[in-house]
Amino acid sequence: MATKASVEGDIIRLLGEKIESDLTLTADTNIVADTGLDSVSVMDFVFELEDEFGITVPLDRISDVKTVGQLTDAIYGLMEETT
Amino acid sequence: MSLEDKVQKIQESFGALKALGRDPTSLEFDRVTSPTEAELDGKKMILLGTNNYLGLTFDESCVAAAKGAIDQYGTGTTGSRIANGTYGLHKQLEQRVADFYGKRSAMVYSTGYTANLGSIAALAQSGDQLLIDADSHASIYDACRMSDAEVIRFRHNDPDNLAKKLERLQDRPGDKIVVTEGIYSMLGDSAPLKEIVAVKKEYGAYLMVDEAHSLGVMGAKGRGLCEQDDVEADCDFIVGTFSKSIGTVGGFCVSDHPGLDALRSISRPYMFTASLPPAVIAAAQQSFDQIDANPQLRDRLWRNARILFDGLEALGFKLGPEVSPVVAIMLPGKEVAVRFWNALMEAGVYTNIAIPPSTPNALSLLRSSISAAHTRDQIATALDVFAQVGADLDLIPANKADRRRLAEAQGPLRIVTGGNTQAKPVQAPVQEEQRSSAAKG
Repeated sequence: MATKASVEGDIIRLLGEKIESDLTLTADTNIVADTGLDSVSVMDFVFELEDEFGITVPLDRISDVKTVGQLTDAIYGLMEETT
Repeated sequence: MSLEDKVQKIQESFGALKALGRDPTSLEFDRVTSPTEAELDGKKMILLGTNNYLGLTFDESCVAAAKGAIDQYGTGTTGSRIANGTYGLHKQLEQRVADFYGKRSAMVYSTGYTANLGSIAALAQSGDQLLIDADSHASIYDACRMSDAEVIRFRHNDPDNLAKKLERLQDRPGDKIVVTEGIYSMLGDSAPLKEIVAVKKEYGAYLMVDEAHSLGVMGAKGRGLCEQDDVEADCDFIVGTFSKSIGTVGGFCVSDHPGLDALRSISRPYMFTASLPPAVIAAAQQSFDQIDANPQLRDRLWRNARILFDGLEALGFKLGPEVSPVVAIMLPGKEVAVRFWNALMEAGVYTNIAIPPSTPNALSLLRSSISAAHTRDQIATALDVFAQVGADLDLIPANKADRRRLAEAQGPLRIVTGGNTQAKPVQAPVQEEQRSSAAKG
């Protein structure tokens, strides 16, 4: 069973594969401002998360998300609703 | 953030690109002289980025209809559709659109943008789910912001991803409304509509198709991708625009659904904006007549699309996935896109530039749109310019550009017919057809 910590770890691993810099990703990392990804790439990254965690992410659930930690909260919340 | 800060942020984002040449957002044509030609800063320009697919903007019968409507009804309605802005003309056009599609009824909006805004936001309400293609036009995304429905994206042109999402929603109450487009405006690719229709039927969803770029372009009668793929009966709502193949401005939603007319009372972009002026309504009606009467316009459009696509591909440019009236060149970055766009214009060819964040997959694109009204000479001239500028910017191998110049210098293709040793040039009847078409529309 996935825990919030394991979900955060997975998100950091998947996000790390997408960025070119050797930035150390943490819960406080700002996904757009710190990683160099543009907003379109971030939205495509959400598709990867949907596949990884077997969920659907409605736009309003991530509209205010800025950091990895906030993204983890949103994804984990949706996983709990799904199960 | 203060207003000054906001302005500075915008300037920082776009200032560097604007410094490379003209500002794409404030280009000003001195004169537009035909569907395919204009003057910019006193220089003649081949228009290769207007989405004027059938070249009807200067069609004599459309121009005459518009002039007649001004004489009879004046220059504008000065009111919204629900106040004083509905004339008999508006109802006639709605009937014309419904008849064209063989559907029960249509609603006409003042732009294609508001047609999407008004239709989607009115149809998808609180408790419903909107499922939109990830590469949807901005008007569809803005409609989602206006709607109270839950909004879910599916991967571009991916019916399996759509199916997966509809499956997860199966136990949820509310209408499921899938929104897709006929031809996508950025890369010119078209939706796998048959597969999407199969999915929507399996899960009991509604389907709306935006035929903005496919109306007048696809299908035996020009009704778009739904007609071409033979899925019109399963497409619940079709939206479209009059500002591309119809050659004027406005938008519509057409449907067999008996509830469509009820949206007139709740669709805010329909209710709270001025209705279309009589001249526009009359021109749009006439354009539908021209589409009905001149299927050869579509043949010319696709022939021209093939010539442009093949020509650019032969030069070595990386293009969108399929031959289409929208031909997109994929470029390695924003800066080179801006330089390319500017250099083409300096050489007399106007195209569209599209850069992130308004493009799928953060692509930098140089988009051309072809028209039935383009002559082969114009396309050949444009290809020469693409070859020269592309080689100058190291976007294509110089030898490919040289080969094109050599081929041009050798004249038209020659064929030898049975037993006759005298070579004959391949005829190019399309030019004459197009000239006569431009004259009589």
